[in-house]
Amino acid sequence: MNPYLAGILLGLVVIAANFISGRSVGASGAIKSAIVAGVETVAPAHAETATFYKEFNEGHAGNPLNSWLVYQMLGVILGGFLSGVLSHRLTWKVEHNPRITSRTRLIFAMAGGILFGLGSQFGRGCTSGSALSGMAVLSLGGFISMMAIFGTAFALAYFFRKLWI
Amino acid sequence: MGPLVINEIISENTNLLLAFFIGIGFGFVLEQGGFSSSRKLAGVFYGYDTVVLKVFFTGAITASLGLLFMSLFGWIDLNLVYINETYLTSAILGGIIMGAGFIMGGYCPGTSFCGAAIGKIDAIIFIIGLFIGVFIFAEGYPLWEGVFKANFMGYPRISEFFNISEGLFALMLIIVAVMMFWGAEWAEKKFPREEY
Repeated sequence: MNPYLAGILLGLVVIAANFISGRSVGASGAIKSAIVAGVETVAPAHAETATFYKEFNEGHAGNPLNSWLVYQMLGVILGGFLSGVLSHRLTWKVEHNPRITSRTRLIFAMAGGILFGLGSQFGRGCTSGSALSGMAVLSLGGFISMMAIFGTAFALAYFFRKLWI
Repeated sequence: MGPLVINEIISENTNLLLAFFIGIGFGFVLEQGGFSSSRKLAGVFYGYDTVVLKVFFTGAITASLGLLFMSLFGWIDLNLVYINETYLTSAILGGIIMGAGFIMGGYCPGTSFCGAAIGKIDAIIFIIGLFIGVFIFAEGYPLWEGVFKANFMGYPRISEFFNISEGLFALMLIIVAVMMFWGAEWAEKKFPREEY
């Protein structure tokens, strides 16, 4: 799809979310809900005493998985899948630059995921929830997140160039 | 009129159901935009494929402009929509950690779920990493709670911060975005790569 058209459609999704729900799209918040639910199930005593889970539950009543972002993320998976079906892009593969091995790609994917997960908690949202959604409502924090994320990635691009070019 | 759930035009359960459909739209657009490919996403940092920049900024200006017009028409009360809180220190720190994760992993959280949805194994591994990262944050929370809560600035809009009107800021944002689109088109010609 033409990227500018995709961008306009993306903007319309964000508008719809604000119009219907008074909030916007996100991703990392759903992972936080899943972690809280998981820890509460596996180690309930720990979840009752550790500060992070206590603070989460002060702001969220009921089952952590019964949240707007969790339902939205289930939709994202289905929406991505449907798009892949329509565009004939469904295949199991490790996508990587031919100059690196699959193993290298997966190691860096894991490392990148850990950092992004950690950073999304400091940033109170990721590229979706903090940067895109924040910018849509002209939140100062959204612009700071966007500049810090993209600025750092640009600044470090030289050091990781072998992964991509 | 809007936001519908806050004005109690729809129920909380309907809101959660609609969240699922909003998610379908979000995932569908991200995948159609090419965001299920880490090599496409990372391309913006080397200039060979700038789809991220084009989709992301077109999305941001469409959304901000659309919401401002809807507010002007009285269709939505922007005082009732959620404005992200700004904690200066952790916003910058989090952004830096996320940027490092982006260039190493090639995905961000939302796009990794799109990649996983079409069978990208590297995206699935990235998601496992996300869970580990969030878990580390949760378990180590007492260590960084101070940093996490430092320099709280409230819920400012950037237009308030610069003391200009929202419309003027949106116009400046559009001008900057168009200049970046021009730069992006130039970069794709300057740093081309064959099909990947």
